[in-house]
Amino acid sequence: MPDAALDLRRKLEILADAAKYDASCASSSAPKRDSLKGGIGSSEGMGICHAYTPDGRCVSLLKILLTNACIFDCAYCINRASSNVPRARFTVKEVVDLTLGFYRRNMIEGLFLSSGIIRSPDYTMEQLVRVARSLREEHGFRGYIHLKTIPDAAPELLAEAGRHADRLSINIELPQENSLKALAPEKDFAGIRRSMARMRVRIEEAKEEARAPRFAPAGQSTQMVVGADGADDRAILGTASTLYGSYGLRRVYYSAYSPIPDASRALPPAPPPLLREHRLYQSDWLLRFYGFSLDEIVPAGPDAMLALDADPKLAWALRNRHFFPVDVNKASREALLRVPGLGVRSVDRIIASRRHGAIRWDALARLRLPLRKLRPFLVTADSTPGSLLDQAGLRGLLVSKTQAAPRQMALL
Amino acid sequence: MIAASPAHPTRLDAWRDAARPLLSAGVPPDAVSWDGSLFADTDELPPTGATPPRVPPDFLELAETVLRHRDAERHDLLYRALWRIANGERELLEHATDPLVLRLSLMAKAVRRDAHKMHAFLRFRPHPEEDWHLAWFEPEHRILEAEAGFFVRRFAGMRWSILTPDGSAHWDGETLEFGPPGRREDVPPEGEGEVLWRAYYGSTFNPARLKPAAMRAEMPLRYWRNLPETREIPRLMEEAPARVAAMVARGASEPSMRRQRLIHWAPSGVSEAMELFDAAAGDREAALAALKAEVLADRETPLAAQATQAVFGEGPLDPPLLFVGEQPGDEEDLKGRPFVGPAGRLFDGALEKAGITRGECYLTNAVKHFKFNPSGRRRIHQSPDAGDIAHYRPFLRREIEIVAPRLVVTLGATALRAMMGRAIPVTKARGEIMRTPEGLPVFPTVHPSYLLRLPDPDSREREYGRFVEDLKRAHREVM
Repeated sequence: MPDAALDLRRKLEILADAAKYDASCASSSAPKRDSLKGGIGSSEGMGICHAYTPDGRCVSLLKILLTNACIFDCAYCINRASSNVPRARFTVKEVVDLTLGFYRRNMIEGLFLSSGIIRSPDYTMEQLVRVARSLREEHGFRGYIHLKTIPDAAPELLAEAGRHADRLSINIELPQENSLKALAPEKDFAGIRRSMARMRVRIEEAKEEARAPRFAPAGQSTQMVVGADGADDRAILGTASTLYGSYGLRRVYYSAYSPIPDASRALPPAPPPLLREHRLYQSDWLLRFYGFSLDEIVPAGPDAMLALDADPKLAWALRNRHFFPVDVNKASREALLRVPGLGVRSVDRIIASRRHGAIRWDALARLRLPLRKLRPFLVTADSTPGSLLDQAGLRGLLVSKTQAAPRQMALL
Repeated sequence: MIAASPAHPTRLDAWRDAARPLLSAGVPPDAVSWDGSLFADTDELPPTGATPPRVPPDFLELAETVLRHRDAERHDLLYRALWRIANGERELLEHATDPLVLRLSLMAKAVRRDAHKMHAFLRFRPHPEEDWHLAWFEPEHRILEAEAGFFVRRFAGMRWSILTPDGSAHWDGETLEFGPPGRREDVPPEGEGEVLWRAYYGSTFNPARLKPAAMRAEMPLRYWRNLPETREIPRLMEEAPARVAAMVARGASEPSMRRQRLIHWAPSGVSEAMELFDAAAGDREAALAALKAEVLADRETPLAAQATQAVFGEGPLDPPLLFVGEQPGDEEDLKGRPFVGPAGRLFDGALEKAGITRGECYLTNAVKHFKFNPSGRRRIHQSPDAGDIAHYRPFLRREIEIVAPRLVVTLGATALRAMMGRAIPVTKARGEIMRTPEGLPVFPTVHPSYLLRLPDPDSREREYGRFVEDLKRAHREVM
């Protein structure tokens, strides 16, 4: 391979490695568009994952940093100013060419571009905007663009970023202001919140007023690192609820703090709390789509943590056995959504189906529902849980014993 | 037995043309053979009866998808469903636990999933000499014709061909044509693009988070042989445990000697305001700016942890009227300005009606942060309690001292309480000048959000009139 290509490949390795701790790779909710009248690319609303890596994560976008040089010294970040990692920087053209090259081969839905902070917020934001502008205006790129927003960048730069990008995001990084102060001294918790507020105002204006300029139609999202500070799960989910309520975020991503090459001394390396991260995502879902409140999911207390051995809905059900059993043929949608093992889709199918006749146990089996989990909580036309619900050992019967321990990794 | 043989294996119109006469003639599903075998006893179709009933559009949609499934029984299963729909079970498809409906919906789901995987896992390679991209793909079901449109919409400006074992699709920038099956060898070999892609794939993988089962669930093995990056997987997985162990064993590192430098870093707005104050202490404008900076930097109250920002007052010094509201609401919290939400807009209207210019007045709130409970995508306003009011009282008092209005108008109970130091019912006190413990004149009235909450239009109109009268009276006091 020629030298220039080798250089490009090495840069790609460094700047993809530097970007991979951002969990977001969503390419959904962009407005429908295609290239029938010119340009290249399309989006049809649904996100597409073009590959999966062995960490189980989806590869939907080319997720890279423009540069991993950074004047900030955030302890949890591989790119912090005092880290020994090799530094690299793409030119605007290199990012544009890489994006288009991968896109034409149908390897990606688009670009997720972020950057270390160099010189000033405005300078950094301007570099990101130049890439997006070139893709959209010079190449007629109709694929997905997600830009990281730099807090306190000038309003006109934010406006242009929002005109080109489908999604904008800014990471809250840590769930509590004092941990951010301790681990990311240059970051400003309040400044991040103000930026999210400004984005929400613009996103809503663009949606509600026909004449307002286009602004990030796929909304904004954020990420919190889990396990780098002492915040308990209630604090994390409380911050997430506040952020959802305040700024209309599409998603809050939780990212288990994972050992990084060249870790800071502020954070002793340890395996990432993947199961905890999973429980947080499940709880996030229950808060947003299942009508649960924060107090129901993690009651307040000195060490308010989610159970690791049971999913949060099952844990709630075991604490609230008086709510059960629920009658699959009579219960409201809200009550069915609280049954461990029933999701939104299965509840909707049950409700459509029960209009045509009483639901029996074998019908649940045909729907491929987790029967062992449902048994203690559901009444059907031909079955009741009997005394199962009151058994002291119910938890032991339902929780998976393997889940609490770190799973053995299976090779191919 | 009656043999039915649709003219095309996957197209809806072909199956419909075969099924329609059977249904009209009242031929039950058990009397039809759809497998096309020549040895079946074939009877003549009985004479056609009434025109077949119209079927619900969601059945046609389901049939269109199911027909692309490779299951040889698909025609038969669809006819069984059609038969039942036409014979009294019009809402059959809603019956999600019915075995036939379940089987059809699983087939449709498999076809949709295969289509989605084709959009995801099909890879083009550029032709080494011509401006032409080619792809080899092996779909699980017969979806090429249905899904070619996706690639037309996405790559309309490119010349491309998709080759599959069932057939091929060719787009020249203007027209789409379908042709005979292709071969894997017909697409160009891997090149620089695939090398770069594999480098990206390997680098975006985090070895500390191995979850191979999750990967295989979403990227089933059957697609792997046509994906350039999957060749990296065994190596990445094999090396991962050692890479993580090394990171953990190496422990924390010493900070780099060549630390990234801080250049041209601009401080945030708060400290600028502080500097401004230092430069011109004594000046009232600067004193107000300093007070504002102090309020913005206030992290003492739990309200500050939840709110976006403190919202400080706005308006000229020495105004005839200074209005004190309760606390910022949702919009005020987002924009950092007082009285810009629904209650603020109503207030603007009332001021205008009372002949008062907003720009002449100073507007602020007793409590400077929005107090709320998050609820899904909204925030539910919480009334400030005595502790919240007490926390902000010193700020409010200094704000009023510096601004020096001729009269303070309190809007609602919280503002009145903040000024008077105790709870007083607004309904009794409104419209008359009171004196604070410090001797400052205060004119109480209701909060505009009270008017927004009134349910019936008559009382809202009456109360709005009273509110405007109160504003006029306050204005007369100072003119």
